[in-house]
Amino acid sequence: MRKSFIRTSLSNAAVYAIAIFIVIIAMLLGISIGALSIPFSTIIDIFLSQIGMASKHHIPDNLVQIVLAIRLPRVVLAFFVGASLSLAGAAFQGLLKNPLADPYTLGVSSGASVGAVIVLFFHWQWPWLGTFTLPFVSIVFGMATLFLVLLFARKVDRRLSVETIILTGIIFSAFFSALISLMIALTGEELRQIIGWLMGSVAMRGWNYTLMIAPFFLIGSVLLIVNSRELNAFAFGETVAAHIGVNVAKRKLLILTGASLLTGAAVAVSGAIGFVGLVVPHMVRLVIGPNHRLLLPLSLLYGGAFLVLADLAARTIISPRELPIGVITALIGAPLFAYLFLKRKT
Amino acid sequence: MRKMLQVNDLSYRYDNSQVLQRVTFSVEKGEFFGILGPNGSGKTTLLKLLSKELPLQEGTITLNGTPLASLSPKQLARFVAVLPQSAEAAFGYTVKETVELGRYAYQSGLLPEWTDADEQAVHAALAKTGLLTKQQQSIDRLSGGERQRVYLARALAQEPSLLLLDEPTNHMDIAQQVHLLDQLKQWTNEKRLTVVAIFHDMNLASVYCDRLLLLHEGKLVGIGEPSKLIEETTIQRVFGAAVRRQAHPVLPAPLLTFLPRIERTDVGETLSALTVTTTDEQMVVTTPKPFKVLSSAVVGAGFQWANYFVNRHVPKQYTSSDPEAEMKQYLRERSFDVQQTIGMMTAVYVEDAAFVYEKDSGVSLCVMVTAGVGNAVDVTKAWQQNASSSVGTINTMIFIDGSLTDAAFVQAVMTATEAKTKALSDEGVVDPATNTTATGTSTDCIAIAASQSGTEYAYAGSATPLGKAIGRAVYEATIQALRNYEKRKGERR
Repeated sequence: MRKSFIRTSLSNAAVYAIAIFIVIIAMLLGISIGALSIPFSTIIDIFLSQIGMASKHHIPDNLVQIVLAIRLPRVVLAFFVGASLSLAGAAFQGLLKNPLADPYTLGVSSGASVGAVIVLFFHWQWPWLGTFTLPFVSIVFGMATLFLVLLFARKVDRRLSVETIILTGIIFSAFFSALISLMIALTGEELRQIIGWLMGSVAMRGWNYTLMIAPFFLIGSVLLIVNSRELNAFAFGETVAAHIGVNVAKRKLLILTGASLLTGAAVAVSGAIGFVGLVVPHMVRLVIGPNHRLLLPLSLLYGGAFLVLADLAARTIISPRELPIGVITALIGAPLFAYLFLKRKT
Repeated sequence: MRKMLQVNDLSYRYDNSQVLQRVTFSVEKGEFFGILGPNGSGKTTLLKLLSKELPLQEGTITLNGTPLASLSPKQLARFVAVLPQSAEAAFGYTVKETVELGRYAYQSGLLPEWTDADEQAVHAALAKTGLLTKQQQSIDRLSGGERQRVYLARALAQEPSLLLLDEPTNHMDIAQQVHLLDQLKQWTNEKRLTVVAIFHDMNLASVYCDRLLLLHEGKLVGIGEPSKLIEETTIQRVFGAAVRRQAHPVLPAPLLTFLPRIERTDVGETLSALTVTTTDEQMVVTTPKPFKVLSSAVVGAGFQWANYFVNRHVPKQYTSSDPEAEMKQYLRERSFDVQQTIGMMTAVYVEDAAFVYEKDSGVSLCVMVTAGVGNAVDVTKAWQQNASSSVGTINTMIFIDGSLTDAAFVQAVMTATEAKTKALSDEGVVDPATNTTATGTSTDCIAIAASQSGTEYAYAGSATPLGKAIGRAVYEATIQALRNYEKRKGERR
């Protein structure tokens, strides 16, 4: 008998240990490789010295600067964005019982993109926000979209059924995409900036952006992970979930909110990076099975590691120029997805 | 006393259509309660209201005295479990993971603990459903029936007092259906579970349910034990299909048979098309189409439909420990369809059979008798004798062109027997053991065969035209057969 997933005899602890190890390696690689190559040992020394467990006298100051002020925030941001998108994707796929669902299904990301493009198009820059105007407006737009989508879906169907949510998401996404296209068509010199943002990037954001996504990442992740068992129940359909005692309306709202917080914040700080939220949860599911109690934390870890490595590729392949990270994730993600899809068929 | 489930004046509307109207009933602990009704009668709506899948509009539902509306989803799930008609899982959970979901309602807190009680409940549910060996299998690789068992195990892991089922046997073959229902029945008998189930198959409902509720256009038509509720005219009115009610062969439960509206085209004279083939070893009467038969024959006893009526000649010293099996073997060797054949045996030479056709007074029938009276007994004195094993038999077959009720079949047997006894008496046949007038032989056999088309006969007693015709024809045929038998005996001397 063919097993539906690959995991055989590893304990949960081992599964987590492997994932955390891969995350650490990916982050070290991300910090280490660049125009100036920094060995792992130096990076670890710098970290240890920061918490007072080693002296940094023998390390040049410029290296400490590169690691702490440039590469580390970038890697952490990439991790947060990848983890958010992947976790949100896993939750959407489980809740909507649809393997093709991804963080962008609900239209929240399109809403956030509209916010960002509006800022670029009209050159908004509010003094009290400075360079934060764009991610701030973008998150506000993303949350407003979530609110509108749910309000609209509820008007159509009080039970907020899966089909209604998906269709509403499609309607809103299409409308917002049209708005973005409209602005692109009307724009002049901002074209390159808008397209660049839309393709996604975690470059040159510094700690500010990383700190901005952190609370959303924390709240969203907790909201989703405490609802793992409910997501398992939803995989059998809402009726079954209700029969075994799940408060369907409340839990669905919590899950949608958690996944949208993650998606909206990720899009706001890095643009709409594709394929992470679709492919990573699928790969994790293929390895450890569909149980959300493992699937969600592991999607988070592997999604983060994946985007850290994708960003590393984006900035090194044709260095010193940088490729948009969305291009890399799609270049890796699409063939990988095609391969998995083919393999499942047989 | 509080009822397990009490439903009062329950009504429900979808937009403009009233789906349920003032339905009131109650279910006791340990009952197996069935809900019947045609499509659109409100059965599923009723069940969805009971499981709180639909909100209450009008009326009340209480579980052990507690209003359904006041229970939280988890409280409800610890009391009521639902076995869905079918459920698909998008991803491949294992059997155990699926059953573990049944414990959801017992866990609380942000990071709930999996307790020994949870593990035991899951184990017990897997054991009860025979799934212990399949725990680690993925449910997408199970058959429909097996998957249904997994969902039953999940429902049992909820340790419910009340189990709701919506046509639980939909995706199962007959063995799986019977197995599931047997199991549920056992649990209700042990008072561990109360079952409320929608049934599509009235005969399954009749056999398993303690009480039934019949719905029609959202209204309660009746409620009661299957034997009282399942009644031809009610079912016919509610379902709009013609049915006939019969007794279950083993259990005191009614069975319904639906009557298709296919007209039997062969109305008219069917007896003239009877063919009789006689050889040394057998006489075969073939009817042009199946006749409904009530008989005491070795093969095809009881009620049966048959085309072939075999009267087989066996030697006087014939013995067999299992005459039915031996006779079936005999028939198969001669290419008879055993399911379509009535088989009798006699030591008499079958060419001595007497045939009498009766066509007067509007009744059309044909009687065949073979008679041997070496075994003649006076039944009123038979208790004085030891059973005799020598073969000497009067076999009677009566073919009637007409449609007989069950009562008419039984009366036909009575009338024919009375006529046979009179014939024996008039011919002076004597029970050699008691030296009194014989009433028959110890191994007599009769078959009443009716075409079940044309004239309808409700009765066949001696006051009716059919009874009169049977009486006269059987009397004449028996006398004739007895004389043929005596003649042959005389010849052989």
